[in-house]
Amino acid sequence: MMIPDDLLYTESHEWIKREGDKIRVGITDHAQSELTDVVYVELPKLERQVNAKEPIAVVESVKAASDIYAPVKGTVVEANKALEADPGLINREPYAQGWIYVLKIENPDDLKNLKDAAAYKKQIG
Amino acid sequence: MVPFAGWVMPVQYTSIVEEHQAVRNNVGVFDISHMGQFIVAATPSSQKVGGESAAATWLNRMLTNNVDKLDVGTGQYTFLLNDRGGIIDDLIVYRIDEQKYLLVVNAARADEDFEWLHKHLSADYSLTSRSADFGAVAIQGPQSVALFHALFGEDTELPARNHIVAIPFETTNLSVARTGYTGEDGIEVFFPANDAVTFWNALLDRGKILGIKPCGLGARDTLRLEMCYPLNGSDLSPERNPIEAGLGFFVDLAKPDFVGRDVLVKTKESGPREKLVPFRMKAKGPPPRPHYAVFRNGERIGEVTSGTLSPSLNWGIGMAYLSSAHAKIGAEVDIEIRGQKFPATIEKKPLYRKPAS
Repeated sequence: MMIPDDLLYTESHEWIKREGDKIRVGITDHAQSELTDVVYVELPKLERQVNAKEPIAVVESVKAASDIYAPVKGTVVEANKALEADPGLINREPYAQGWIYVLKIENPDDLKNLKDAAAYKKQIG
Repeated sequence: MVPFAGWVMPVQYTSIVEEHQAVRNNVGVFDISHMGQFIVAATPSSQKVGGESAAATWLNRMLTNNVDKLDVGTGQYTFLLNDRGGIIDDLIVYRIDEQKYLLVVNAARADEDFEWLHKHLSADYSLTSRSADFGAVAIQGPQSVALFHALFGEDTELPARNHIVAIPFETTNLSVARTGYTGEDGIEVFFPANDAVTFWNALLDRGKILGIKPCGLGARDTLRLEMCYPLNGSDLSPERNPIEAGLGFFVDLAKPDFVGRDVLVKTKESGPREKLVPFRMKAKGPPPRPHYAVFRNGERIGEVTSGTLSPSLNWGIGMAYLSSAHAKIGAEVDIEIRGQKFPATIEKKPLYRKPAS
């Protein structure tokens, strides 16, 4: 299972990549392999303001719909439109073309509450 | 793995879509050991009385279909109803001997079924649960016939549709039925629980060149839903009767008496208030799911009971109970998904038809 060292993680299986005052968010390799066969992604609306742990997007596999949560407080500034035509990108490239949205964050200190790769690895065993 | 009716079962071994396609294109195998097996037999004293099968007389009172139609070695789909005509379980009853029947029931309802049957039992017949003694697999897909012969020999005759036969395998004896829940040709094999691992491994080994895949509950659900086969607990419940579920074909109202008959006669006369119908989404979008509300011109007319993205069609499909006035083929409805309405069309059964080869 791929868990890149340069990313941060949440307990609910999102990965977070810091890009200045923004963060890029997707779901982990572990999460996509548990869900399998992603068939639909409901993207967040641009400019939506969210709080940490608020459901912000939905990833649907054949079996079920799963909420995706905002890791920290912020405003949605980008959503990955490519997932509308090809939701399977989440399965094939969870850390690259399968990203879901970009959040402009309010306080970089919020990121301190997230897990590093070692802690996430420990969580999923 | 997920807990299911007291069993731990895989939703998928690799991927629901891959397993689904294996069954549609090659062959897949499902562990259905969780299903319950009951034996109903006439007691020796009752057999002497007349030539008639006492067990058949009793089963005809307990089940909706007519067991008199069964020759030895054949089976039929049928319902076990409560006094209100509601569905306790849907099951297959096989006549395995002149005076002996095998009932294959749903795992989640096995205890309740047994209790209900036992409550109505008399000294003329016996009821035994053999659920713990037998394992079972369903082998389904266009290559299942080839796998049957690879397992049991080229000269062994395949049972006809809905027939069950005993076939020796290595040191044991198996029961093989030509039945399934996928819409593909296939068989269901029952074996002593002790032989489960040996038989499962033999299957995967000999099925390898045919492209066999072990399949989980997820693919079982998508395959059956494409065919509009009902799932008890989702599409069927003690609050619904077989007429509402559109399964009157498996109810013989000509039988003078069976549990729930009065209610079914009334439902048939007045027409059911709601009907279970298949639907297909009009556009690509989020797949429908159980419990989503269904609307027509803004008015709520029912609820989805089964829904998924059909792997064969790559399209959202489902079944819903709708008020009868709206439950018409071709009718346009809206499915509410997370507060937004998505159009769908009521379709004919089945939702998936095999392309002509």
